[in-house]
Amino acid sequence: MRYAMAVDTKKCVGCSDCVVACQAENNVPHGYAREWVVELVEGSYPNLEMELRSERCNHCDNAPCVRCCPTGASHIVEGGIVLVEHNKCIGCGACITSCPYDARYSHPEGYVDKCTFCEHLVKEGEDPACVAVCPTKCLYFGDLDDPRSEVSKVIKNRKYKTLIPEAGTDPQIFFLT
Amino acid sequence: MREELIISGRMNPNIDPVLHIWHWQIPLYLFLGGLAAGVLFFAALYTILGRGKELKGAVQYAPFVAPVALVLGLFALFLDLKHQLYFWRLYTTIKLQSPMSWGAWTLLAITPLSFIWAALNIRIIFPNWDWRFRWLKDFEAFCRKHIIKISWVILVLSVILGIYTGILFSAFNARPLWNTSILGPLFLTSGLSTGAAVIILFSKSHKERLLFSRIDLVLIIVEIFFIVHMFMGFLASTQVQIDAASLFLGGPFTAQFWIFVVFLGLLLPAVLEALELAKFKIPAVIPATLVLFGGIMFRFIIANAGQVSRWLY
Repeated sequence: MRYAMAVDTKKCVGCSDCVVACQAENNVPHGYAREWVVELVEGSYPNLEMELRSERCNHCDNAPCVRCCPTGASHIVEGGIVLVEHNKCIGCGACITSCPYDARYSHPEGYVDKCTFCEHLVKEGEDPACVAVCPTKCLYFGDLDDPRSEVSKVIKNRKYKTLIPEAGTDPQIFFLT
Repeated sequence: MREELIISGRMNPNIDPVLHIWHWQIPLYLFLGGLAAGVLFFAALYTILGRGKELKGAVQYAPFVAPVALVLGLFALFLDLKHQLYFWRLYTTIKLQSPMSWGAWTLLAITPLSFIWAALNIRIIFPNWDWRFRWLKDFEAFCRKHIIKISWVILVLSVILGIYTGILFSAFNARPLWNTSILGPLFLTSGLSTGAAVIILFSKSHKERLLFSRIDLVLIIVEIFFIVHMFMGFLASTQVQIDAASLFLGGPFTAQFWIFVVFLGLLLPAVLEALELAKFKIPAVIPATLVLFGGIMFRFIIANAGQVSRWLY
């Protein structure tokens, strides 16, 4: 099993519903974000192109945060989800520094926090909060090892990119372009 | 004009707009750790070579600095932790892929050894010192009997500690400025150089000061060589590393790096030490202090600039 997510940048309108849903579902403290929307404008005026991306932890296959963690608090569970065990985290900041996506932050309570792919929902067979709430249905979540899953199908049929694959992290969030 | 504008909805404290998760504690620890490694390295080396009686500054006086530096450094590391009550978790596992893990274990071994070394020399400060308990006396006799073996252990551990201060940074692929394997040897050399500077400050013999001025001069030349290589490597690498190097080649860290680290911390003390060796009268305290100043600036600048350097996407 390999959980992954696809983000349709053509369908995303940048409403940030996913961000709010994540904060509500996971009790993310005020002023912090486990996920965020990036608006990228490119070109020369008036020929501009905009890309909207709902971003979060890439749940990398080759996760530098897990490698550098001195206590084993950062770990990978079934389905490739990268998690932090709060009671093992000493808050040294190594994982925050090691993430090329800057997807982690230091929680006010001291431990390091990040997107969990809503593991508590996913193991009950539900979708992560961001996916469930998206009004344009631009987020797809599922098992990459299952060719019939939504995410497998959409990656098969569409062009996609991942973020900084050259960093060698093997990210598992796919942006449909 | 072709433009690219990135707007992110993320504004996590200490992460955005630029990463600044490591403040003064980490570079201060790296300085103190490197310095302690340098001092202990020379103390152990000259004990093994059997020159302890002749080089009292290196083998007896300067090593008193090591436990103090290590304890202060460890305290700085502790202050850096955000989940402090769980620090003991470092010592419930060994993670070979995490430099911080084996660094923590190295510190656990070398810190008590640095205290033992200082305790063995306590009679220099208190000539009538006597251990209160029998077992402490026995332990002292045991350590004195096996001093060469202990020195070998310290020698190896001090090299690991010195290299670790650099590898802590170089293991992070996400920060292109740090992601160069030369950082380990560079920090080790710098640590040995600051250790030699401490010995110069503590030595009472002119002959010994000259020996360590010579050693320090060689170390500084090696450091400059490594720094040149580091920039050559960056400039011949990918765009992110070219950008990282440009932080020092015209970017915001240019002035502080070249003035404080390279000129005041390396070139000037090297010239002064060379003049001293050429029999000019130079107070040894000046180059030694400059080396220490350069060492601490070097770590602060690399720590701060590294967190600014990043992949763009």
